[in-house]
Amino acid sequence: MWNVAFSELRKLRRPTLFLGTMGAVVFFSALFSSLLFLLIDSPDGNSDRGRVVGRDVLGLATGGVQGFSSVGGFLGIIALCVFAAQTAQEYTYGTLRNILVRQPGRMRVLAGKFIAMKLFALVMIILSGIISVTASILLAPRAKVSTDLWFGADGRHALFTTFINIIISVIGFGTIGMVLGLLLRSPISAISFGVLWLLIVENLLIAVKNSLQDWMPGAQLATIASGGKPRGMTTGIEYSHALLVGGIYVAVGAAVASFLFVRRDVSN
Amino acid sequence: MSRTAISVTDLSKKYGERLAVSHATFDVPLGTICGFVGPNGSGKTTTMRMLLGLITPTGGTGEILGESIKHPEKYLPRVGAMIEGPAFYPALSGRENLNYLATLGGFSTNRVQGLLDQVGLGDRAKSKYKTYSLGMKQRLGIAAALLPDPKLLMLDEPTNGLDPEGIQEVRTLLRALANEGTSVFVSSHLLSELELISDYLVMLRKGEVVFTGKMSDLMLDQQPVIIAKGANDEELERLLAIAQTAGHRAMIRDGAVHIEGPASWALDLNRAAFEAGITLSQLTPQLPNLEETFFEMTGEK
Repeated sequence: MWNVAFSELRKLRRPTLFLGTMGAVVFFSALFSSLLFLLIDSPDGNSDRGRVVGRDVLGLATGGVQGFSSVGGFLGIIALCVFAAQTAQEYTYGTLRNILVRQPGRMRVLAGKFIAMKLFALVMIILSGIISVTASILLAPRAKVSTDLWFGADGRHALFTTFINIIISVIGFGTIGMVLGLLLRSPISAISFGVLWLLIVENLLIAVKNSLQDWMPGAQLATIASGGKPRGMTTGIEYSHALLVGGIYVAVGAAVASFLFVRRDVSN
Repeated sequence: MSRTAISVTDLSKKYGERLAVSHATFDVPLGTICGFVGPNGSGKTTTMRMLLGLITPTGGTGEILGESIKHPEKYLPRVGAMIEGPAFYPALSGRENLNYLATLGGFSTNRVQGLLDQVGLGDRAKSKYKTYSLGMKQRLGIAAALLPDPKLLMLDEPTNGLDPEGIQEVRTLLRALANEGTSVFVSSHLLSELELISDYLVMLRKGEVVFTGKMSDLMLDQQPVIIAKGANDEELERLLAIAQTAGHRAMIRDGAVHIEGPASWALDLNRAAFEAGITLSQLTPQLPNLEETFFEMTGEK
């Protein structure tokens, strides 16, 4: 399993993939956090879906990680794409047969790949956290947001819980990507299906029938990333509900895909 | 300790109603180069996939290096394989691809440069795989198969895309490996190549084994052939008639009459042709080669 993980890291650290992904993470993390402060007085809102996050909210202990929390769902989409591509490409390149000849334990192959991709995702999250928090600290004075509470014990706790929530969410998105890669066996199909579903289909379904948001996988994982429904909001998904439903989606998907991967003939 | 590199009994694979491999039974002795031949779709690759644990047999049993094929983890660390052509990551270099596989298999990456040199890719080790020619990809596939310092090497069409020089290098490499005790199980559509290097042969037709044994035994069993050429088509027809009247099986192929019969009958044919006013431009007694034997046994062409 560790041999699989170490070999997978050789692939994941290649410059095009690693620097390209991390570049996107830096850009979007800086953008999401900056907009929170730069558009603080905008009547069109400064957060996702036109939501207004005012100075009072940003001045709380959680204010320093508000940007990091907002970019969490986006990190999930990146993870979904990376996990799906890295899994499905073994079928399209025909390299799966090489892997299974060198490591016939198929569950070990899956576990090793998963560990390597989780490490990749972890680097992505840490980098995003550093960029988001740094951008927030730098822009807070300009937006006249008090940062006193950010550096206290509550601030550190907020940073820690946000970090954990984003890890859970990103790994959840990544697992769904891996499941799609195993089921569809094509990077383009897996990424297209995953991204279209999460960004378009789910939103359309929720727009038509709002109560569906409680049962959509992407909505649950995005809710986990943001730590539950926004402070002061009465609508939205409860954190515990999102954790349970999202966990069930991920667990069932992973179980079905693993079963198929272990049993299916490798004939391409 | 097992004296066979590969031993299968009644090995079968069924896809729906179609039997891709039907009750295949054969042994490959240790330390030999065994040619694995059969027309396209005869089940060669399916058999290799079953032996490598990539697909599950529908029936039958098998052993590789003395271990059951139900437990590929017990023998695959000693097996090198390249099936259905080379497959690597296009964005990685040849060296990075081999490092990947070495790490995966728990082998030392120190072997990688030596293997690249051995297959003639030493100076292109840093080039990305996607820039390689077909022949270079094939060489990288062979290098990957050699990574575990295998006791058994299974190669599917290893000379595909290689130039004549490359083909000769592969032939020399396989012979050297066999001399060092490595068993080689190799499929190829270049039957003349297999004839040159194989000690042993397994022949498949429509999923069934039609011959298994020493190459020399197969060739000894074959009826000698006399090849005769006349000046024109009309003379070919008359030569055919002479042979058939004398009770020999004969046919016209590639502008010559192929007559089954002992070499000594060539004298009688020469005399009969002279008396019939036919001037022979060629009269060659010969044993059929592997290709002709293959067509004869598999009913192809």
